[in-house]
Amino acid sequence: MEDLVANWAQNTHKRFHRMVEFLGALCREVVCDLRNWRRFRWRDMLYYLALCGQKSVSIVLLICFLMGMVLALQAALQMRKFGTELFVADLVGFSILKELGPLMVAMIATGRAGSAFAAEIGTMKVNEEIAALTTMGVSPVRFLVVPKLFAMLIALPLLTVFGDAAGLLGGLFIGSTWLDLPVQAYWSRTMDVLSPMNLVLGLVKSCVFAVLVTFAGCWRGFESEPDAQGVGRSATDAVVMSILLIVVGDMLLTMFFAMFGY
Amino acid sequence: MSEPVIEVRDLTIGYDNRVIMQHLDFSVSRGEVFCIMGGSGCGKSTLMKHMIGLFRPMAGDIRLFGESIVSAPEEDKRRLMKRFGVTYQGGALFGSMTVAENVMLPLAEYTDLTESEQREVAEAKLKQVDLAGYGDYMPAELSGGMRKRAGMARALALDPELLFCDEPSAGLDPITSAGLDRLILRMREESGVTIVVVTHDLDSAFTIGEHVIMLDKEAKTIVAEGAPAELRDSSSNIWVREFLSRDGLKH
Repeated sequence: MEDLVANWAQNTHKRFHRMVEFLGALCREVVCDLRNWRRFRWRDMLYYLALCGQKSVSIVLLICFLMGMVLALQAALQMRKFGTELFVADLVGFSILKELGPLMVAMIATGRAGSAFAAEIGTMKVNEEIAALTTMGVSPVRFLVVPKLFAMLIALPLLTVFGDAAGLLGGLFIGSTWLDLPVQAYWSRTMDVLSPMNLVLGLVKSCVFAVLVTFAGCWRGFESEPDAQGVGRSATDAVVMSILLIVVGDMLLTMFFAMFGY
Repeated sequence: MSEPVIEVRDLTIGYDNRVIMQHLDFSVSRGEVFCIMGGSGCGKSTLMKHMIGLFRPMAGDIRLFGESIVSAPEEDKRRLMKRFGVTYQGGALFGSMTVAENVMLPLAEYTDLTESEQREVAEAKLKQVDLAGYGDYMPAELSGGMRKRAGMARALALDPELLFCDEPSAGLDPITSAGLDRLILRMREESGVTIVVVTHDLDSAFTIGEHVIMLDKEAKTIVAEGAPAELRDSSSNIWVREFLSRDGLKH
């Protein structure tokens, strides 16, 4: 029993040490690439931008539109009792912009990009490509992680804007059909209660989520066991870790914003 | 005997707390083709990965060109890595890049050559490994043997003084394998590069190997060292004689 605990503690310590090293290397390489943009791998970033961004637009629009509808329907059921249906616009607007827009986009990115990052890096480990990079003196973090991080930092906020718009339209659709509210009235109410700050806070969250999803995907990839099952496990672990980090990050950011009255 | 390029002193290697090999002592002279041999799973590739600085040994030291790769700071390690090339079992080419771009990668990293100059060097290196005209192919479009040769072109991009080859003939038919052996010998003839080959292929070992060390999984150390034919004929270790003469009688 003592041996088991000792082994667990030793492994956890080693893993934590590697994680800190990975984060340190990531910060160092990001700074180096920002200082010397010529060495930045633009082509790779564009590839990942298409993977995480362009190819996710339709699914983000659909899910966020449906989420806006669901939210409006649930709110309408309760508010109807008090004759305050117009406030559905407030609830949908705030919830989508500040919370559900960035959160749903991050979840979609986790399924789409986070697992793909882990599987890609894990497979490269199996094929000894990571070893080849290291012995060529090329930092695997710079080569593999930094382009993904920048792609996600561009893609997620953009997708969040699309998702926010789709969510608001979903609410508007229910407001104008189910609640028989005039489109103009619902939209005016939405625009009246929302401020640009609500959008900015959501975008800040989406940037943080981009970092967390990239970190979880790439980290699990580098930690993958060098076999087929190991790669599969790392992809699954990446998704679980991403979701956990996103939810914890969301809670912390919401608390932080709340401290300043947002 | 010429100066040693690699010196391995009282080396112990392993994963976590599990020792795989211990008390390893050997050196590789400049310009020779040195083979690391042994049965499957005995730790040949692991030893090579320690020699190229990918893993940290449990004890002992590895010196490349007179400098320890074990205790060298990152910057010195990177400088040492520039002086050697490595080819991996499956080629380890990057699937998202063309063959030429793979070869250009170390040039882009370490030299100030323009992109067109890098391409010229890449084409020359590909020609050297008989892959002229394949620069624009993707790695997935090449056969196993071609991928290994492309990996060799990449390893030779910076004209290294030392080349490590991990199982160059693994998974290849005898003709392709013999072609790779000829290529290794030609590299040595043309550029005088020192070559360390990890292999369990007897044909390769007898064709290219000038100096061989035999690793034994049970003894967890080197059980024989010398020229392959010499070891086959007169090693005091019966396992070594059997291993080397299993289908090596024709040599």
